[in-house]
Amino acid sequence: MSGRATLRSILRVVEHHAFVYRRTWHGSVFSTFLNPVLYLAALGVGLGAFVDQSNPAGIEGVTYAMFLAPGILVASAMNTATFESTYPVMAGIRWLKTYVGMILSPLNARHVATGQLLWAGVRVALGGVIFLAVMIAFGATGISQALLMLPVAILTGLAFAAPIQAFAAAQTNDAPFASLFRFVIMPMFIFSGTFFPISQLPDLLQLVAVATPLWHAVSLSRGIALGMLDPAVAVINLTYLSAMVVVGLLWSYRTFDRKLTE
Amino acid sequence: MSTTPAAPLIRARELTKRFGDFTAVDAVEFDVQPGEAFGFLGPNGAGKTSTMRMIGCVSPVTAGTLEVLGMDPRTDGSAIRRRLGVVPQADTLDMELTVMENLIIYGRYFDLSYRECRTRAQELIDFVQLTEKVDSQVEPLSGGMKRRLTIARSLMNEPEMILLDEPTTGLDPQARHLVWERLYQLKKQGVTLILTTHYMDEAEQLCDRLVVMDKAQIVAEGTPRELIERYSSREVLELRFEDLVTPRLDGKDGGLIERSEQLPDRILLYTDHGEELGETLYAEGVRPVTSLVRRSSLEDVFLRLTGRRLVE
Repeated sequence: MSGRATLRSILRVVEHHAFVYRRTWHGSVFSTFLNPVLYLAALGVGLGAFVDQSNPAGIEGVTYAMFLAPGILVASAMNTATFESTYPVMAGIRWLKTYVGMILSPLNARHVATGQLLWAGVRVALGGVIFLAVMIAFGATGISQALLMLPVAILTGLAFAAPIQAFAAAQTNDAPFASLFRFVIMPMFIFSGTFFPISQLPDLLQLVAVATPLWHAVSLSRGIALGMLDPAVAVINLTYLSAMVVVGLLWSYRTFDRKLTE
Repeated sequence: MSTTPAAPLIRARELTKRFGDFTAVDAVEFDVQPGEAFGFLGPNGAGKTSTMRMIGCVSPVTAGTLEVLGMDPRTDGSAIRRRLGVVPQADTLDMELTVMENLIIYGRYFDLSYRECRTRAQELIDFVQLTEKVDSQVEPLSGGMKRRLTIARSLMNEPEMILLDEPTTGLDPQARHLVWERLYQLKKQGVTLILTTHYMDEAEQLCDRLVVMDKAQIVAEGTPRELIERYSSREVLELRFEDLVTPRLDGKDGGLIERSEQLPDRILLYTDHGEELGETLYAEGVRPVTSLVRRSSLEDVFLRLTGRRLVE
């Protein structure tokens, strides 16, 4: 299959997801669009008032809301990507078998896996655009920074979606997904620097936090938002997240191939 | 038979599928000619679905050779699938989408334009008699309607050959007859049909030629009529006795019984003269509770070949 034909097949899978999303988008409005804004309002503005009072110099020199917002952006990207790569993948392979239907056409399991990943990226981008617009409206960032933060949010989404969809495809039921959210995603959400600088953590936990993918995403996003990006660190952040996309996608080729074409 | 046989659409030689230690398909050989309706008849677990999945290029061949439309599924899967229609055993429809939308998005996988998709979808929706449901969501449709929609979907790319894996399993008799009638129309239009079934009436209705599969192997091949002539008698006398106890029939049949099969609830007596046999036995004092003479069927062929029934 030529490169162009492969790309076209992958885009057909994305098209399918968009087609279904047109019918079902209202079901996920709250989690994708409203939740992050509510976090920003409640914690950034509400809790932020207390934080800023006791901390006149600000956190890293800015108000709590400005510190928090870039963290929420990528943490939401993680949440959306994780959700998009778990239950819908289980549905496509086992519950509704829509993926099984797709590969009866010229599409194959790898097109399905790649298209699924890209669609998770689209979903993250949609949420990211809305959230960045709110940030700009709140004065939490500028337009030029926002234009750089959007690709970071998308990369973050892809970095989580790729290995998680590979994992999801290998499962026989959805029970492991609850554990994934509870024991992996939630702790990362709380402790990887989204809400407070990880320098507040004990030394050992700081090391753990730095090892998590979300910390690398927060580091990039916040670095851009606050104009304090360290190029050397940024390269490490980007490499880490990109490696997750590549390794995750190759892993999902294996699991999608095995589940769909055994 | 034409004098210059066309190249077969499917050619299988020692075709084998293994899952670990388990052999699902064991060195089967068959050809399917253009325009014929070809069936795989056998009980659940005989290897029919595994064979179909290999033909449909969604399951790799373990050993042997398989050619589909003159191509090799190992290397040309995508090109082969472009020209096939597939109705899998379980429906794989998009439940959130409407009948029309299901067909449109499926047509897109074959690179049809939206306009083409819409035109073909409307024709096919009429063909499978779902016209009134065109804008209904799929989820609440009946099993028979979903099955017909899946058949319509398999026709979106105007395939030369359709693979149907148990097209009417789970449907009520009326829904089955509607599906059969539509498949018969397709056959008349020259579409090659390949189907699996464990219903002998389905095989007899639809198949020009079939293979009987059991335990991963092909145990017989021919037209339904040939198979019945070769492996069974013309007629069958079915007798049921009180308390399900069959008396001794030896020497009372006037030599009319060719063969017999004792089933849990009745005995099948294979003969060319059912009525006469019944009368002869009655004259000898045999008093069944019920007695029925019928023509031999593929079920009898299967029973003869494997010692078991198709649907347990």
